[in-house]
Amino acid sequence: MSADPASFRFVSTNRRVREDRRFVAGRGHFVADVALDGMLHVAILPSQHPAARIVSIDASAALKMPGVHYVLSGDELAAATDPLMNGLDTPNVRRHPLAVGQTRYAGEWVVAVVADSRARAEDASEKVRVSYEPLPFVINAEQALKPDSPPVHSAHGSNVLLDRTFVWGEVEKHFAESPRQLSFRVTWGRNSTVPIETFGVVASWDPWREMLDVWASIQMPKYPDQIARALRIPANCVRVHQDVDVGGSYGVKRGIKQTVLAAHLARRLGRPVRLIEDRLENMRGGDAHGPERIFDVDVAFNDAGIVKSMKIRALDNAGAYAGRAPFQLGKPIGAIVGPYKIESVQYRAQSVTTNKAVQEAVRGFGQAPTNYAIETAIDKVAAAVGLERIEVRRRNFIGKHQFPYLIPSGSTYDSGDYHAVVDKVFAHIDFAAMEQERDRLRACGLLAGIGIAACLEPSGGNSSFEPLLNEKNTTTTWMDSCRINIDGLGFVTVTIHNTSSGQGHETLVATVIGEVLQIEPDLIRVIRPDSLACLPSNSPVGSRMAIMLGGAAFHAAQKLKTKLTRIAAHQLGLAADKVAYASGGVSDPSSDRQLGWAEIVNIAHRQYHLLPEGMEPGLEATHVMQVPTGTRLPENGRVQMYPCHSFEFHVVLMAIDPALGKPEIRRYVIGHDCGTVINPHIVKGMTLGGVAHGLGAALLEEFVYDDEGHLITQSFMDYLLPSSHEVPEIEIVHHCTPSPFTVFGQKGSGESGYLGSPAAIASAVNDCVASLGIGFNRLPIRISAIGDAIAEARQHHSQKPQKQEPAQ
Amino acid sequence: MKVELRINGAARCAEVEPRQTLLDALRENFLLTGTHAGCEHGVCGACTVLVDGEPVRSCLMFAVQADGYEITTIEGLAPAPGELSVIQDAFCETHGLQCGYCTPGMILAAHALLRHTVTPSREEIVEAISGNICRCTGYGQIIEAVEFAAARLRIANTPRPRHAAHEHPHAEHDAPVEGVLAAAEADEPAVEAK
Repeated sequence: MSADPASFRFVSTNRRVREDRRFVAGRGHFVADVALDGMLHVAILPSQHPAARIVSIDASAALKMPGVHYVLSGDELAAATDPLMNGLDTPNVRRHPLAVGQTRYAGEWVVAVVADSRARAEDASEKVRVSYEPLPFVINAEQALKPDSPPVHSAHGSNVLLDRTFVWGEVEKHFAESPRQLSFRVTWGRNSTVPIETFGVVASWDPWREMLDVWASIQMPKYPDQIARALRIPANCVRVHQDVDVGGSYGVKRGIKQTVLAAHLARRLGRPVRLIEDRLENMRGGDAHGPERIFDVDVAFNDAGIVKSMKIRALDNAGAYAGRAPFQLGKPIGAIVGPYKIESVQYRAQSVTTNKAVQEAVRGFGQAPTNYAIETAIDKVAAAVGLERIEVRRRNFIGKHQFPYLIPSGSTYDSGDYHAVVDKVFAHIDFAAMEQERDRLRACGLLAGIGIAACLEPSGGNSSFEPLLNEKNTTTTWMDSCRINIDGLGFVTVTIHNTSSGQGHETLVATVIGEVLQIEPDLIRVIRPDSLACLPSNSPVGSRMAIMLGGAAFHAAQKLKTKLTRIAAHQLGLAADKVAYASGGVSDPSSDRQLGWAEIVNIAHRQYHLLPEGMEPGLEATHVMQVPTGTRLPENGRVQMYPCHSFEFHVVLMAIDPALGKPEIRRYVIGHDCGTVINPHIVKGMTLGGVAHGLGAALLEEFVYDDEGHLITQSFMDYLLPSSHEVPEIEIVHHCTPSPFTVFGQKGSGESGYLGSPAAIASAVNDCVASLGIGFNRLPIRISAIGDAIAEARQHHSQKPQKQEPAQ
Repeated sequence: MKVELRINGAARCAEVEPRQTLLDALRENFLLTGTHAGCEHGVCGACTVLVDGEPVRSCLMFAVQADGYEITTIEGLAPAPGELSVIQDAFCETHGLQCGYCTPGMILAAHALLRHTVTPSREEIVEAISGNICRCTGYGQIIEAVEFAAARLRIANTPRPRHAAHEHPHAEHDAPVEGVLAAAEADEPAVEAK
């Protein structure tokens, strides 16, 4: 199915990204730009308590304020709507947009105030009096596991949402046979993608057409279905406008609670209602935090550094409701051995509720934390056997001739050449020179070190983790789709059926269709119809759009090319396989006869009498694409997850001034192999952005809760996003190992950079401070933690055990 | 209360609350939605506009405080509908954006830099955009865009020898003796072109 890379006209060429023009002019169409006549505005009153019974709500003063239309409580909303979807089989962990009866985290939304303007709604929210009776709470995951800890949902009986142990292969035998073993703990702090645009939604209900119109900053599979279910209305009464530009998502823009709230208010009040989160609402109660995970890892290996088996226990702090948190323990099963030939794995996935904000899907869906744990294991094995870290990786890498490679947990890796990428990166950076530079920095009195990480990016997202973790879920398809129409004047219009948050889908499909039909991509119009005019699609999750949307566009274009060819062949009196298609025209190779694009279009649109018998008139093609692999339900705890596996290899040179503790990245190089690149600008941007995002996770970003259960990093003054000062110049070394499962050999890249940079940067920090006998085992590694640990180590002139930061 | 602002070269009046931010006034009263709200506490820079040519966070300034100043928003940069300024075009050339949300503020910050600095170093560019947070790009292609725009503006602004001005011999009659100054004003906001 793969085309010959050398013959590409448009794929892999440095074409501009067509979406960019509207954004540089300030003419994007974001949700906050949607203004409807008579629109009302919502402000939220949050809970001040991590857990409290709601005794009473008095809105009388608020309702007397000028311009105030309504005050909505959780009880009213819960009576009118169904609980939000819960992917696990935990029916007593119910989640509603506003707290019902009790609050379960500080910042949880309790009351919604509706007014003529957002300012007036905020003013009035200060007048709403809520009386609370505080309840016991728990914010620490290990505490939450204990039988005597306060249950976040008393009806559920405990805080355990998920506790599954998988054993893939002969783990105990391999451990018993291995001459060397080591154990360690690493912790991934609670952070998220934190887009610069908060979540927002506008909802409008037309009772005469029975239609709910929704504009939202959304990136979520099955969004219209979830709205319809929660509001108890038919799905074809929900119309989501997909032409809304999303101001960044990277997974988290899944505001179902916000949408149900606004939609209910729009129906109740008969006016369009807008809810645009402010930054505080977003950070504290937008339910968009990411994984917070403790890994306890045991590794079985030999003196040559060959890793035979691993036991991983991952304990995730889900927050107050199930959300997507438990499934983010499931997706990494598809690459649980990383790029290594580890023969067996035991994996215990535990998800517990606590009185913290709810998690949402975050870039990589749990893969970045898991990669951090795996890479830490490899670094520790290298230290234990006294080999170079890169040498241990080389020895354990899956070889290029071993693909397709079946890993113990049931996924088959499609392709790769990890050794080649590493060799290319080392040649690019001149690794010996980098080591000399490190030594020079050390000689200058700095703590200097080199970080290394290798990892995979599973891509082409399906949802195999859902049936794996919930037997009642029997989903085996996660399709995406594309429709192409060539109009009566010969112009091409393509529909795609998702929102975009900067991934360049319009450029992607125009490039692919231009490639197949051999026509100029810039002449192809790409639109996003509303959801009622859409074909089934599952949104840009799991690094899937190059594979799935690109694939659907490819197949739809092939269908059209076949039709164009058949029409022309019929006209030429030849069989379809006896004519040649080129650049939109069809010719008879044995003569000069040919039909151009306009002629074929004219026949299809106006001359039924010239069409082959039985052919439909017009030139339209659709394709609904199934994910190339992962079409079966799990068996014995094994399942095929994503079809494609991109590879990345990071090398970081870092220096730390021991007096300051500030880690400075002196050089950052990433080797990246995502198969055939469709648009180099887009892949480069995602990779650079991913590294920067991972830098934040490694060194800066964390949602920290204090002992009273309050979020203390709830503004950009405290929750630190990397600025241009923090992000170094990043060099990318490309490699291309095409995937055999995709139309051009492409793999995913939407999570690239992010999946390995936290591990690489942590590795660099630890290499810097290793000479002091200290190390860091939890992310983020803050400047303050580094400074304190260095000072302590120097003060005591003795080797200290691993330092752990006290904050949650 | 009533304010009179000069926005993108035109006088605009509006009735605003004294507590209304310039950001909200631009978006709600003047429908200039290219200026975006990101954090509303002065950190992210998505709401950046130029006030008398200097980048300012419009979420930290009241509309009434802007009375009498020249305000430039992203809508004031494009020389004509569908036509991009040199800096805007440079962001397209290097793909210096993804979701586009921080982009207007980023471009205005770059615009302010390039007004003062003809040949900015990488450090100067990093400093100039360091008050604008971008979550998508990691800044690499933004820095490339500013470097690319600076190079193009330099070429456009450099007086060229007479013989290189045009291949066409008749052009000599129109070309000034010292050389020609290509139209870089296209990249200036309308207010400054006057």
